Order: sequence, then structure tokens, then C-alpha cells
Amino acid sequence: MRRYLARQLVQLVVVVVGISMLSFALLHVVGDPVLLLLPQNAGKEEFERYRKLLGLDQPLPVQYWTFATGAVRGDFGRSWYADTPAFRLVVERMPPTLYLTLAGLCVGLLIALPLGILAALKRHSLLDTLCTMAAVAGQAMPIFWLGIMLIIVFAVQLKLLPASGYGTWRHFIMPAVTLGAFLAPITMRLVRSGVIEVMNREYIKTARAKGVAERMVVIKHAFRNACIPVITVVGLQFGQLLGGAIVTETVFAWPGVATLTVESIRNQDFPVVQCAVVLLAVIIVVVNLLVDVVVGLIDPRIRVGA
Amino acid sequence: MKAIGAGRAAAVGDTVESRAASTRPGRALTRLRRLKWGVVALLIVLVIIASAAFAPWVAPDDPLAVDIRHRLAPPAWMDGGSPRHLLGTDQIGRDLLSRVIYGGRVSLVIGVAAVLISASVGVLLGLGGGYFGSRPDAVIMTLVNVMLSFPFVLLALAVVAVLGPSQPNMIVVLGIAGWPFYTRVVRAETLALREREFVTAGRALGMSHLRIMFGQILPNLASLIVVIATLQVAQVIILESFLSFLGLGVQPPTPAWGNMLGEGRVYMLNSWWIAAFPGLAIFITTLAINLLGNALRDWLDPHMKL
Repeated sequence: MRRYLARQLVQLVVVVVGISMLSFALLHVVGDPVLLLLPQNAGKEEFERYRKLLGLDQPLPVQYWTFATGAVRGDFGRSWYADTPAFRLVVERMPPTLYLTLAGLCVGLLIALPLGILAALKRHSLLDTLCTMAAVAGQAMPIFWLGIMLIIVFAVQLKLLPASGYGTWRHFIMPAVTLGAFLAPITMRLVRSGVIEVMNREYIKTARAKGVAERMVVIKHAFRNACIPVITVVGLQFGQLLGGAIVTETVFAWPGVATLTVESIRNQDFPVVQCAVVLLAVIIVVVNLLVDVVVGLIDPRIRVGA
Repeated sequence: MKAIGAGRAAAVGDTVESRAASTRPGRALTRLRRLKWGVVALLIVLVIIASAAFAPWVAPDDPLAVDIRHRLAPPAWMDGGSPRHLLGTDQIGRDLLSRVIYGGRVSLVIGVAAVLISASVGVLLGLGGGYFGSRPDAVIMTLVNVMLSFPFVLLALAVVAVLGPSQPNMIVVLGIAGWPFYTRVVRAETLALREREFVTAGRALGMSHLRIMFGQILPNLASLIVVIATLQVAQVIILESFLSFLGLGVQPPTPAWGNMLGEGRVYMLNSWWIAAFPGLAIFITTLAINLLGNALRDWLDPHMKL
């Protein structure tokens, strides 16, 4: 287990460094920040002065080192727009994003788990067919459109729910459903195929032969084993789930990191964009590590075999 | 933006099922029924492609023709709608149906071009990594893991914001987004094929590595690559629409489904149709492409590990 963890930790560091390089390259290799900062009619000396001020006259590896050592201490520079530390801006907007992600995860699993299991147990039934069709449709659905249609129906026409914003539980309903609808189709299909595969295993036959009630076979023997691929997949989907949360936030004007990032991109406020990208990457990588550990704990084969 | 990973992982579920179902006598029937859906999907895709390609002849109106007197006209079947504008008009009186038809051009061109880029890059890296193994393989797989664990929406947003939102930039960014999916699958298959007799025989006959890779291994992967590429077109279209929806993609007045949806959002309080129909167009297109991809998989190789 220790070696397994060590390997995962090394990978974590590699991924975070990779993402930080990408986000650094974004600003310093692809574009020239000074060109973005100064008005177009600024003089040549003005450019040089700013370049020096921001440390842009240094060689790139030196600049990256300054950026990376700062980032480790939570120092991503000051926002060019709001003149507060970028890190503080991003951290302040983190909780709404995490709440939304969790709410979406709950809705998605509440739809996917029961339907996936039922569809697997009653294969080729009407329910199964309907679920499969819904999943195919759900996967093709652009969720930003789904969110807008929900707003049009439930906020504009029926006036049941607030169209956007953040605060009460009622604000959570439509964004959580939108994000849940993003997660549910794929999770449902994976739960279904996981349960089907497990139900064909020898130990299920053994349990049945022993005379264990069918209900208990499903709950104790099949579901537990089907959980492993589900946890892995949901964990690996976490990055995509955050991606879905980003889309959802922009539709519902949710005051999270994604809205902040899009605003910052519009304002060309790159320290904030860099900080948001790196922090989200760290969160995703840590969640993936936790998932690996949990799966390793449930399933000893992975610990040994990996 | 739907997770690009979603399509792939769901496909994994299908394999398990089709493998488990392969012993059942009903399988041939299920397969035929699925293919019927595939034919329907193919027809829809062809209609969409044709109407986009021949837009000047198909569209009833000029997509850019402003008609202020008939602004915000509802669809023809609603009160106040006129048969001149079947789907109504937008905020400056442009015919919505014509704009939806023209909007398909941008999405399809970007979708196909981006997929060509990511397929070429991804297949090359997957073949190389899988065939040669060891250090290059490890580097490639680390890159793949970094890319797959990160919500690409966020990075695409930032990159497009720096490079500026032009169509070639979008193609490059979205093309780079997709390659890990090909690499992962192609690498796994190459690893397995490398050990097969025909490769050993080829090597014994003195074939060069390149000839074995491209002449012997690659042809075996063709159907796999075609299926992934088809499914990826749908994902790219969703991602492109989302960027355009945020105003960071295709710029108005060029009609694209995404930017129409973004403009329509402002008017959804009274004129729901401006946002609804472009989104519906995205949904139908991606759904048809996904169904077509699934049918292709079943048709080419029902046991495909995808």
C-alpha cells in the first residue's frame, strides 16, 4: 500500500507541475502580457519600464521559477483588474463551486444508481430500453442549453424558481439538476454494465446455490463489487464534473470560480485566470488520489497488482 | 461542453454488455434494430450536412438581413407569427430558420477539422508509445493523464482568450483538446497487436518499424479510429458551441449555433425561441452523430473495446 501511495503521489506532483507550466506558458509564451496591459499608443520606454517592473525581461525559466515558487506559497500575484491578491479572489469564490459540484454529484447519483441497477437486473425490459434511450439523449444534450430551457420553463413561464443567483436552497435546484443531468447518463450506463458483469460471476452463482435470497444477493454480493468501477469512474469524472460545473455556473450566474474565470478572461486579468486554473487542477488531482486510495482499500487486487 | 470523456466511458459500458449478450440468440435481432437507428441517424446527419453545404439555396432568407419592423417575431404557429419567418426572428429581425441553417456550417467545419487534427496527433502518439514502449511511452501516458484529468473547457477558454477568438484558433485549440482519447485507445490496442504473430513475422522478414506500425498495425485499428472520430465530432461541436455561447468563440454577426444561443439568452424573458432553436439544432446534430457512431461500432465490430 505504501509503494502504491508513493507512486500516486509522484504522479500528483507531475500533473500539478504540468498544469502550472501550461498555465504559465499560456500567458508568457503565447502572448505578451505588457501588450495586454498597456494602451496601444504607449511609448517604447513605457513598454520597457513595465516589462522590467513585472520581471518580464528575465529569461523564461527564471520567470517560471518565480511564478512557481510564488504559487507554492499561494502568491499568484495581484489581480490586474481589482488590485487584490489573485489567490484571495479565487479562494473566496471556491465554496459556491464546490457546493454546486457536490449538489450536482448527489442529483446525478440519485438518478444514476437506482436506474442503473434496475436496468441491469431487468435487462431488455421496457425500463431498460427507456433508460438506455434517455442516456443516449442525455449524452448528446449540451447542458448550457438544458440550463437555459429550464430557466425559460421554470423561471420565466411558471415563475416557480429564481432564474439565477445564489443564496437559498431554491437557487440550488436548477443548477444542481442541470449538472446532475450531465453526470447521470454516463454514470448510469457504467453502473448498469458493472452490475451486469458482476451478476454473471461465479460467486453470485455460489450465493444463489447456497440459497441466499435474491434481494440479498443483489445488495450484499453484486452491488458491493459493482461499486468499485463506479467509484473509480465517478472519481475520474470529477474533473469533467468540475468542467460541467463551469458551464452550469456561467448559465445561472452562479458566483463561483468559473464565473470569476470567465469574467477575468473578459477583463484580460491573467493572474486570476492562472490562479484559478492551477487551484482547480490541484483539487482535481487530490480528488483523483483520494479515489485511488479508496478503491485500493476496497479492492486489494488493485493495491497488489498496480 | 460535455465532457469529452463521457462518450468514451459510456462506450466501455456497451462493450461489456455486448460481450455478455453475445451468447444470446436475440443478439442478431438487437443488432439489426440498432442498425436501423443508425440508418435514421445517418439520414439526419446527411440532411444537416446538405442543408449547411447548400445553405444559400435551402435557407428562405439572408441570415444577415436585418428587418427591424419584424423584430422578435414569434414562430409561425404562435400568435403574431407569420409564415414568412417559420421559426420567428431575432432581436434585429433576422430570420431565425435561415440563421440556424447557416449556423450549421461553422459547427460542422470546426468539428470535422478539429477531429482531423486530434485524430492525427493522437493516433501517431498512441502508435509510437504502444509500439516502442519504455520511456517515450511513459512520457506520453503522463501527458494523456494530465490532459484527461483536467476539465478542458477551462484551458480552452483561457487559450482562446489569449490567442483571440478566430475560427482557425478554435480549430487548433479544440484539435489539441481531443488527442488523448485516441492515444489511450490506440496505445492499448497497439500493445496487444505488437505481440501477435503477424508482427513477429514481419519483423523476421526484415520489415522496418515504420512499415510494421503503419502497414501492419494501423490498418487493424482503422475501424476503432473511425468510431472514436465520429463520436468526437459531436463532443467538439458541443465544446465549440459553448465557447461561442460565452462570446469567446465564433463572433457575431457570423451565425453559429453557440453565439445565437448566447445572444438569445438576453431575450429569453419574452422571446424564448431565439435561444431555444439554435440549442435544439445542436442537440439534434450531436444526438444523430452519437447514434451514428454507436451504429458504426456495432456494424464494424460489435466486440470493439471502446
